[in-house]
Amino acid sequence: MAALAEEGRVERDGPPAIIAEGLTKRFGATRAVDGIDLSVRRGAIYGLLGPNGAGKTTTVRLLSTLIRPDRGRARVLGHDIVTEPAAVRAGIALTGQFASLDEDLTGRDNLVLIGRLLGLGGRPARSRADQLLAAFGLAEAARRQVRTYSGGMRRRLDIAASLVVTPDLIFLDEPTTGLDPRSRAQVWAIVQGLAGRGTTVLLTTQYLEEADRLAERIAVIDHGRVIAEGTSAELKARVGSGTLHLTLANHAERERAVALLAALGHQPRREVDRRGLSLPVADADVAPDLIARLIAAGIPVADFAYGQPTLDQVFFALTGHAAEPEGAATPGPGLEVMR
Amino acid sequence: MSPRDAEAPAPAPVPPLDRHPPAGPVRETLVFAGRAVRKLRHNPEQLFDVIVSPIMFTVMFTYLFGGALAGSPQDYLQFLLPGILVQTVMFTSVYTGFTLNQDISKGVFDRFRALPIWRPAPIAGAIAGDVLRYTASALIVLAVGMGIGYRPEAGPAAVLAALALLNLFAFGIGWVFTALALLVRTPGTVMTLSWMVLMPLTFASNIYVDPATMPGWLQAFVAVNPVALIVTALRGVLGAMPDAVDIGLALVAPALIVAVFGPLTMRLYARER
Repeated sequence: MAALAEEGRVERDGPPAIIAEGLTKRFGATRAVDGIDLSVRRGAIYGLLGPNGAGKTTTVRLLSTLIRPDRGRARVLGHDIVTEPAAVRAGIALTGQFASLDEDLTGRDNLVLIGRLLGLGGRPARSRADQLLAAFGLAEAARRQVRTYSGGMRRRLDIAASLVVTPDLIFLDEPTTGLDPRSRAQVWAIVQGLAGRGTTVLLTTQYLEEADRLAERIAVIDHGRVIAEGTSAELKARVGSGTLHLTLANHAERERAVALLAALGHQPRREVDRRGLSLPVADADVAPDLIARLIAAGIPVADFAYGQPTLDQVFFALTGHAAEPEGAATPGPGLEVMR
Repeated sequence: MSPRDAEAPAPAPVPPLDRHPPAGPVRETLVFAGRAVRKLRHNPEQLFDVIVSPIMFTVMFTYLFGGALAGSPQDYLQFLLPGILVQTVMFTSVYTGFTLNQDISKGVFDRFRALPIWRPAPIAGAIAGDVLRYTASALIVLAVGMGIGYRPEAGPAAVLAALALLNLFAFGIGWVFTALALLVRTPGTVMTLSWMVLMPLTFASNIYVDPATMPGWLQAFVAVNPVALIVTALRGVLGAMPDAVDIGLALVAPALIVAVFGPLTMRLYARER
């Protein structure tokens, strides 16, 4: 596996920020995390990609010492998460999936509170808070209660709260879920800035685009297991770097279109929309030719788009089932099941 | 980069700040106590309960029952006020559990739990903050009471002693609600359950009337009701007849509660969610 091939390089850069072996956590009968191995280089942005319920948050909670594993081991910043949790906590910061802020307090009071708890005096805590608020564009909202903040503002404050004292490792659990595109771009810029200054970032996301944009390596997680690991380029090579989405004018033509595309060496997937098809294509330049061939064969195309594969498509390519908890979609023809 | 990305103002770089030596358990607890007080300022409904309801109960019960029970509101107030102090503090202590549960369900406790701080600090701080809240409520009751004619016969030193005793009692009781807060799922449920505990303890006591007229089984309950015991002790202290046995009895229940619910609370807190 790619992770093992990387090991040598990782070792040369000093001990990894995170190393996990067979991490397992059960809740009742559910194995939320089922034997996860991870190795995250210091200073890297590492992405955990997976749908809701895949085990991303549980992995983050295990690594940030909020919960203890049933089996397996992990060292974070060189410290064992079970036997040395205090040492782990001294070097990490956690930005949870749901804003871990005090809604009753103002933005500034939240940051001052964290600063005081981390050992800063009153005045240094306040000046650090103001510094962070200014850097994150929250100076004007500093004295407003957090409950009045927009989603994007909360996220920024939440990340700011993790940076009161510069952590060696920051966990960001779905930092952009539910954000508008502008706020998302802001959070991306923040994350890139963090890594640029040497902080290791472990980020969970449901968006391939986000993992692709930010993370140097990605672990795809499903049902508590890592089902694929590698750089974004390696993953895309397995999944198809781009996807052509087609909407036919008439659903009755779909099977003919599937046959035609398959004959041309493609692997079209039937979408839920009965007129919809999607197929991995290596290069956007191929798209006009394919559409022209369909039209020439008497299969009118109502709409088309070329884009990165969605999480669902990644999952489909890697596992043969959709990114739903219990694969609702039936596997299409000609798709490789890698598990 | 899409055009949308270009619109987003890139955040200014944050200068790094090195780790500081830990603040230590005492300072961390005080920081959390300060947080509890700050939160109070932003929560009008809690502030209402801390300020307005003590005034309301003191004035209302004095004039409502005074004539019928003691011949005059004046005489009744002298009997009622120590009890109202206890009632006020009991009702305020409900918020300990409510607030704690709210914190946990909102996710802010995850952040606290991932911080390199003394683990019990958030809970110890919440309870310390409550002591300030109890004191504020008690002072309001005393001020209003004195405004309408209450006279603490034993003088200012005894009033301070009574406040200290009251806080000690409330501090103990508070642990029941912190444990409850960690056991129950929603803040609303904590509130409901807390009232179910508080109502019988408060009303089946000697706060409002002399238990002598109650049926035997109720008298038996009042005799061991911790609320009644603290009221008896406070009446002694404020009435210039402090009784060491009464005071000792009043502190038995809080001490037992701390001994049982303190460790239980910390265990529940350390438990995973």
